[in-house]
Parts: sequence; C-alpha cells; structure tokens
Amino acid sequence: MSISEFDADRPPQAPRRRGRGGGRRRRGLTEVGMGDGSREGAVVEDVEIERAGEFDSYYGRPIVKAPPWREPIAVYLFLGGVAGGSGLLAFGAQCTDRPLLRRHSRLLALGAVGAGTVALIEDLGRPERFLNMMRTVKVTSPMSLGTWLLGGFATFSGMLGALEADRMTGERLPLGVLRRLLDVAEGPASLGQVVLAPLLASYTGALLGNTVVPTWEAGRGHLSYLFVSSASLAAGGAAMLTTPVAETRPARLLATAGVVGDVVSMHRMKESMHPLEAEPLETGRAGTLLTWAERLAIIGGLGTVLGGRNRYVAAASGAALLASSALTRFGVLYAGLESVKDPRRVVEPQKERLAARRAAGITDDSITTAG
Amino acid sequence: MSLLSGPAGPSADAGWGHDHERKGFFTDTSICIGCKACEVACKEWNRNPIDGNLEILGSSYDNTGELGANTWRHVAFVEQGQERIEEARESGRKLVSLGMPGIGPKSSGPRGATPAGDLSTTDRTPPDTPEFRWLMSSDVCKHCTNAGCLDVCPTGAIFRSEHGSVVVQEDVCNGCGTCVSACPFGVIERRDDGTISPHANRDEKIDRMGTASKCTMCHDRLVDGEQPACSATCPTQSITFGEHPDLSADARRRVTDLHEQGMTEARLYGANPKDGVGGTGSLFLLLDEPEVYGLPPDPQVPTKSLPTSYAKVGLAAAGMVAAAALSFLGGRR
Repeated sequence: MSISEFDADRPPQAPRRRGRGGGRRRRGLTEVGMGDGSREGAVVEDVEIERAGEFDSYYGRPIVKAPPWREPIAVYLFLGGVAGGSGLLAFGAQCTDRPLLRRHSRLLALGAVGAGTVALIEDLGRPERFLNMMRTVKVTSPMSLGTWLLGGFATFSGMLGALEADRMTGERLPLGVLRRLLDVAEGPASLGQVVLAPLLASYTGALLGNTVVPTWEAGRGHLSYLFVSSASLAAGGAAMLTTPVAETRPARLLATAGVVGDVVSMHRMKESMHPLEAEPLETGRAGTLLTWAERLAIIGGLGTVLGGRNRYVAAASGAALLASSALTRFGVLYAGLESVKDPRRVVEPQKERLAARRAAGITDDSITTAG
Repeated sequence: MSLLSGPAGPSADAGWGHDHERKGFFTDTSICIGCKACEVACKEWNRNPIDGNLEILGSSYDNTGELGANTWRHVAFVEQGQERIEEARESGRKLVSLGMPGIGPKSSGPRGATPAGDLSTTDRTPPDTPEFRWLMSSDVCKHCTNAGCLDVCPTGAIFRSEHGSVVVQEDVCNGCGTCVSACPFGVIERRDDGTISPHANRDEKIDRMGTASKCTMCHDRLVDGEQPACSATCPTQSITFGEHPDLSADARRRVTDLHEQGMTEARLYGANPKDGVGGTGSLFLLLDEPEVYGLPPDPQVPTKSLPTSYAKVGLAAAGMVAAAALSFLGGRR
C-alpha cells in the first residue's frame, strides 16, 4: 500500500469514516491522515471541549487581567495605613499633651509615608515618569486623587517630622530660617495632616474596588472599612511598640477598635460575595496569609486589652498587630491577583447578575442583543 | 466633568464637537475565515513585538491566546459539535424573544415575529444543523463609550480621540497599571516583555516598553485618512471600519438576514448603548454566547459604582476619625 519509503514510518490506520452516522469524528493524536499520504493529516490535536455544568470559557483562559502590581503595592497599602493612623494619633497626642506619642507618631507617619511612596514609585513601569501623576487631577481616578492625597500628607508629615527631629536633637539641624517658619506652620500642618490622614487610610479601598478584578470588585462595598480598621490597628500597634505605656492608652483603644473592625468587616465582606469571588480569600497563599492576619489581630488585640499596661506585652502586641495588618494587605492583593486566573469567577457572577436583572424585568441593558 | 458619557457620545463629551463622526469596527464573525491576516497586519503596522519566545499553546489553531500588550488583534478559534450548535441557536432564540432593543428595519409585529413584507412565499425552515462548526472571531479593543481605562488613568495618558477611539499616549504613560484592572474586557496591558528580533540579537529597543498599550484604532493612519491596518487587510470583509452609526445599522441588518436564514444563533455584542459600558465602538456579530469567545457576558465599567465607592471611603474615614476621637476622650489619664 505504501507509495514512498517514508510512509513505512507511519503506523497503520483505519480509513476515516465518512457520513453523518456517528456525529462525532474524533481522532487520536497518533492518527495522522490516511497513512497512505492521500489525505492531509491533522496538525493540531483535536480538542475535546469539556463542559462543566453551565460554564463556558475560551479554553479556560482568563477574561479580565490583573494589574501588574507586585509586592511593593501591598507594602504601600500597609505603610499608607500606618501613616494615616499615625497622623490621627499625632494630632490627638498634640491636643491632649502627650509629647512622646506625638513625636513618635509624627516620625512614624513621615517614615511610613516616605517608604510607601518609594514602594509605589518602584512598582511603576516607568518609575522615572512618576511626576506625570501630577499632570492632572481626575475625580474618576482613585489613583489620581490618591496621589494628591499622598503628596499632601507627605508634605505635612515632612514638615512635622523635620520639626520633631529638630526638637529631638536640641535644635541642631541646619534649618536656619526654616526653623522659625516650621514653628509657625506647626498648627496648620498638623491640621492638614489630620484631615488627610483618614482619607489616606481609606481611599485604597476605592483604588482596589474600582477594578474588574473579581474579588476586589465584589469587595467594593467593604474594602474601605477593612482598610481603615487595618490601618487603625497597625498605627495603634506601632505606637505601642515605640512609645512608653503611660502615653499609649488612646493608641491601645484605637488598636482594639481596629481589631474588632478588621475581623468584622473581613467576615462581612466575604459573606457579601459570590462563593467563587470569596474563594481566593480563603484558599491558597492568600487564604493562609489572611488566616494568620486574623489570628495575629486577635492575639494582638487580646494582648492589648489584657496586658497593654505592661511595656513588654504592649510592645509584643503592637508587633503582632503590625504583622497582622501587613498580612491583610498582602492577602487581599494576592487574592485579587489569583481571582482573575479562573474565567469562571468572571463569567458566573456576571451571568447571575444579568439573569437577576432579566428576572426583575430589565431586559434592555444587556451587551448581547438580538439585533 | 461628567463621570460617564452622555447621549451626545464620547467625542462630543470630550470636547471635540461634532466635526468627526464616531469611528468604529464591525467584526462579522460569521464570515471570518480565521486567516489571522488582521493579527499580522496589526503587528507589522504598529511594530508590536511577540511575547517572549514563540510558543504553541496546543489548545487549537489559535496560538495567540488573548489580547494583550503585544497583541491588539486576536483571532479566536473554537470547534463545536452539533449539540453545541443547537444550544447556541436556542440561546439566540431566547434573546429574540426577550424583546431586545433594536433600530433599523422594524418588524410590524412584536419583536421576533415575522418581519413585515411579503415573506410568505419564502422558505424559512431552519437549515439542517451542521454536525460541527468552527467559530472564528477577530477580537480587538472595544473602544467603549464609557471606557474604564480612560476613567482611571491618573496621568491623563489615555485620551478620547477625535474619532471617538480610546488611545494611550506612550510618552506620557508611566506604567502604573491601573487601567489594566479597569478594563472589563481584559484588553489593555502593560508591556513588560516582548521581542522583535531573532534569538541571536535580543538587544533591540522595543517601543512602548513599561507602558500600557492596546489598539489605537491605528490613530496614525486615521489622521492621514486611511483605515486601520486590520480592516484594510481583511480578505473577507469580516472586519469593516467606518462611521459608527452606519456600522451599527449594517450589523443589525446582517443579524436580521441571518435570523431569516434560520441562524438564530447570530447576535450582536456591544451594540446596545444602555449596556454596562455605554455601548462599544467595536461591534461584533457573534454566533454563540460571548463567554465562548472569551468575552465577558455582562461587562460593567467600574466607574459606574465609583460614587458609591467614594461614599464608602468617606464613611470609613469618618468612622476612623470617630474611633480615634473616642480613644483620646476615653483615654484620659
């Protein structure tokens, strides 16, 4: 049967069935053409399209894309929270005459916002163009508003931090005439800092929520609450770690409130989600991180309430709370990045909401139309 | 500044006035032959690199996979059996009976009823369902009326052009990546790798590196009165380029034609200005559910819920201030 010597290399094959009888003409991978060279063989393996339930996708490929955000963004979310919370604590300490808490919180705010900004710039595709963020103010862009918030907060924190560093060193910093200006500006700067501080801690909820990343999108209504809670417990923890217990009672109360808010808002967020959208928060690397974040928050919270008057217990609890906040931010980032990988997390919730609108009688807002 | 585009259309809202009609694509997938000439033309004209090394995906005749930073046209390839074709016909029939909005030649009766005119003698029995079919569809940026990427861009690098398209200015973008996660269709992406040379000399300079990139509707060609590279090269006119209202009317006419031939699986994607993105500049005629082609079934621009999100930001911030204030009041020594 062979017409060329090379055909000997091909395994013998049954002739292709014709006609419509079977309906399915699947051929095996090894079966190439007719074996006698009379018909072109399949180059690509026939694909069996598996259909699991009601779900279709394009070869299981993702539909939406995750942002190219890596670990520096989680670090920024964490440090931005610490900075925001510390800004609030610094103002409170200034008003209630707690000089050590005020100084440490101001320095923490400056350090955190500075390091956070560096992390943010580091994650840009073109870091040398970071100032392009300042070309415009766009209300439709949480990133744009956040940049201005961050810039303003960092400016006030820089002034107050310089002032505190100068006082710590006995006015030995080479500030010259700036010293008098800073002294005058302390009041307005601390007011500015305290106005921007809570927004710096909470806007990141809109930054992540204003996306189509399934888990973040589904968490839109809760992320800001989670993030301010996490910021409160982190800033409280940072103060407990750095400042003697005599001045940290407000920080301990704020941290405790933060722990309660953190645990409650995380649970409420998960409950409000489609199971497929909540899954990345509960499984895999993000799930592990968030489980530990919750444990550390509860341990730190208990330590704060029960042993907050002891310097060592307070410091240990503060460290646990800081770690908890960092883990929360990493967990939420990773969960979002994970959630885009499975198109089911996009298709199923979307089909459900479309079906729900149709069931409610709204049939004119579908992207798919019959004509 | 309005959060979302009004009825005047995106270019008018962006301040361009009405000198230019909105331009767009109509991709009729029923006549696409999957030749990928559009992909090639797009890559060549826009000097887009390939992703890393040449890879065979092994899932179908499509080895591109998806739209991305380096792929601005992507031809999807799907093989389906008889059962799936019947399901697609059924789902299309359901869409008709839902009474979806339509323009152009209206039928005299309710939606989905026999169109007006003398069709009584026409044989309208559905054709035999073929035992298998290939779906081929050239996907592209949708150039949404309410574009998520444009809304969230913090640098203003993404702008609405005079043609109603959405274009990234490469020299302004700083690669923050926010737009990537704001696109409900997963189109725009940051170009973080890619190559245009063979393995031996990989020290070439790639354009647009580190910045967000996507289809520009060949803005440079439009400026010169040319049409985009993909539609210019399409051998079957599956991709047509033109003024959006004309394309929209063409698309509806084509769906009506296919329905009359019994192909109830035909449907439009993106032609509804009331959908979650305000309608798209690139219209598609699909022959199955959108998710089969890797398109989202109910895309919503995130900006729609931004006012609510901002309200939550404010509430959360107020809650934090209240907690801090109470802590200091309750923390009196």
